[in-house]
Amino acid sequence: MRSIRAAATGAVVMSLALAATACGGGTDSGDGAGGSSKTLTYWASNQGASIAVDKQVLQPELDKFEKQTGIKVKVEVVPWSDLLNRILTATTSGQGPDVLNIGNTWSASLQATGALLPWDAKNFAKIGGRDRFVDPALGSTGAEGKDPAAVPLYSMAYALYYNKQIFADAGIDGPPATWDELVADGAKIRAKGKSVLGAEGSNLSENVHHVFVFAKQHDADFFSADGKPDFTNPKVVDAVKQYVDLMAKDKAIPAGNAEYAQNQSVSDFAKGKLAMLLWQSAAANLKSQGMKDDAYGVAPVPVQKGTPGPGAQVNSMAAGINIAVFKDSHNLDGATEFVKFMTSDAEQKILNKAYSSIPPVKAAQADPAFDGPSTAVLKDTLAKSAAALPQVATESQFETAVGTAVKDLFADTAAGRAVTTASVKAKLEKAQQQMPAA
Amino acid sequence: MTSTVLKEPVREDTPGAARGPRRTGRSRRTALPYLLLLPALVFELLVHLVPMVIGTLMSFRSITRFTLRDWSNAPWTGLRNYRVAVDFDAPAGEALLRSFAVTVGFTLLSVALCWALGTAAAIFMQDTFRGRGILRALFLVPYALPVYAAVITWVFMFQHDNGLVNHVLHDQLHLTDKPSFWLIGDNSFYALLTVSVWKGWPFAFLIVMAGLQNIPRELYEAAALDGAGMWQQIRRITLPSLRPVNQVLVLVLFLWTFNDFNTPYVLFGRAAPEAADLISVHIYQTTFLTWDFGTGSAMSVLLLLFLLAVTGGYLLFTSRGRRAGNG
Repeated sequence: MRSIRAAATGAVVMSLALAATACGGGTDSGDGAGGSSKTLTYWASNQGASIAVDKQVLQPELDKFEKQTGIKVKVEVVPWSDLLNRILTATTSGQGPDVLNIGNTWSASLQATGALLPWDAKNFAKIGGRDRFVDPALGSTGAEGKDPAAVPLYSMAYALYYNKQIFADAGIDGPPATWDELVADGAKIRAKGKSVLGAEGSNLSENVHHVFVFAKQHDADFFSADGKPDFTNPKVVDAVKQYVDLMAKDKAIPAGNAEYAQNQSVSDFAKGKLAMLLWQSAAANLKSQGMKDDAYGVAPVPVQKGTPGPGAQVNSMAAGINIAVFKDSHNLDGATEFVKFMTSDAEQKILNKAYSSIPPVKAAQADPAFDGPSTAVLKDTLAKSAAALPQVATESQFETAVGTAVKDLFADTAAGRAVTTASVKAKLEKAQQQMPAA
Repeated sequence: MTSTVLKEPVREDTPGAARGPRRTGRSRRTALPYLLLLPALVFELLVHLVPMVIGTLMSFRSITRFTLRDWSNAPWTGLRNYRVAVDFDAPAGEALLRSFAVTVGFTLLSVALCWALGTAAAIFMQDTFRGRGILRALFLVPYALPVYAAVITWVFMFQHDNGLVNHVLHDQLHLTDKPSFWLIGDNSFYALLTVSVWKGWPFAFLIVMAGLQNIPRELYEAAALDGAGMWQQIRRITLPSLRPVNQVLVLVLFLWTFNDFNTPYVLFGRAAPEAADLISVHIYQTTFLTWDFGTGSAMSVLLLLFLLAVTGGYLLFTSRGRRAGNG
């Protein structure tokens, strides 16, 4: 009896300890930052169809860099689900990579931590100057008025991917240019027994990217000019409602998509079940799922009326990946040298082709390879009608809070509950309350 | 592992002290176990206690994105983080309280079901019959599977459009008017409960089965001679004999279920539906996704205190009951 009690006490203590360690200080195995000036550690984001694909793309380039400079780069491709947590751990411990990729929407949040090397004029000069990059891409590198926390590496934009066969069967002659047209086309597509438009209703980031664009199209912003959350602004409420209504009222987005979060909508599209998809640089992904390039068309994302452009005609976020240098790196010169290499014209062409993204470097962008039918739309969107997500320090909280609100609204719709202006406002109000006061 | 580590010194100490005067040889001999335990103790400190202490310290600081990088110099805020966590009129506190309530309800149900299923199965499998070994092995499969692989399979089965669950419930048995959503909305609670019980009951089965081996056969034979039926045998012999086993089992199941992070996280991703917003994921969300490590630590410390109180109360209550029963 006594031993059992003792064993119980032991088990209890152990379990409690396990429970509490969730927030313990981390000492991650960031083996990079130390060492000689001849090696660098690089955390790459997952851009290709898989991590193995990324390694295949990157390794030959890293070998080239080693040949040129004698610096060996150890690359680790970090999945998106882990990347931000890994960066935060590296920030707290000071043990991290020398060079890393970040989602460009995180720029301002990470800038606030002070963990990334600021790209002032002097640092920019080392990689050939700020002028080499296109302005829209530079718009997502940190808070306004501060030196950028990172340098643009790959640019991406949303486009409307549509299945040519389904459109032909439904008697539709071209992709919709406005949301009204999309809804009207949707009725014809549903009559043929196909789904209309895909959405990742439980993916917080996707939700935020879409409602951000809808807000722009309603001439509204989620943040006021001085950087305060303004989620319950009537125009923002209308914008979010319009997006959710694509499922609730217009039946364009199938109710089942409310629970999608693992890119099931891309699979549905590749399998020919779905007529339209709003996605960033989907070409490589669709190909890997067996969809032929000529089976689908690429068009700009619809607007309220007219054609895409700036202001209320915005139809995509300026998506992309930035490359940053970890301030605690013991080899800042080598790290800067590596950024220079990765953003050089030649590398930009090779890498962006491999990932079906658009180079943010002007000279590389001019390459005819980026004028193909699908990339031309992306390039055009980026140049004319893409807007950067709010560059505020609380951006990551904004994504979580508003993304969850939209997820909940989709869930309400799926459960058969009505989505009204009041219910949208209530969810957004709750999201706003979750934002930190700072 | 740790349980043995912690229990040994306790047993060595008390009877040793009670018996006779100490001799140097003896004290040298008693020192040996401690020496041998030293490495384990050091690792225990490193792996568990130090992070716990650091986590507690963090809960008194304001650690946000601005102070994260040099968090050991982050400003002290006293009890501010705790006030945020327990201010149930404000959104953060209210959400924490709701999540806590969901977790308590979920844990009670899950532990009760795991225990009932495990005990029933173990008792039925006591008698030998053909295929018993295969069934036993089969029952242990959920416990042996890697959590991620098992739960992601459930995610596919719970899918709205082409999941197995809806196929059976709706398409074949016609129990529902239309396919249900299991991963979002209110049903997510039952989805979570199902997976949790599926994953947890084999452990109860295993432990109770082991406990049953210690009950002398003669007791049952004697009871049978006295005319006790099967139900009476279970109630009068099996359950009282299993009492010490159950005491530990229920406690361990409770702590595991209450703290379970993997199941809800794999099932629902980083934003769980309100109906299934378990406290571990909730704290993770507050901490990592809003980058507010101070408040997250404060919530963890509160959770720790709660579990300590429950565990202490439980052990006190059950051991007193047992002592009274024995005496």
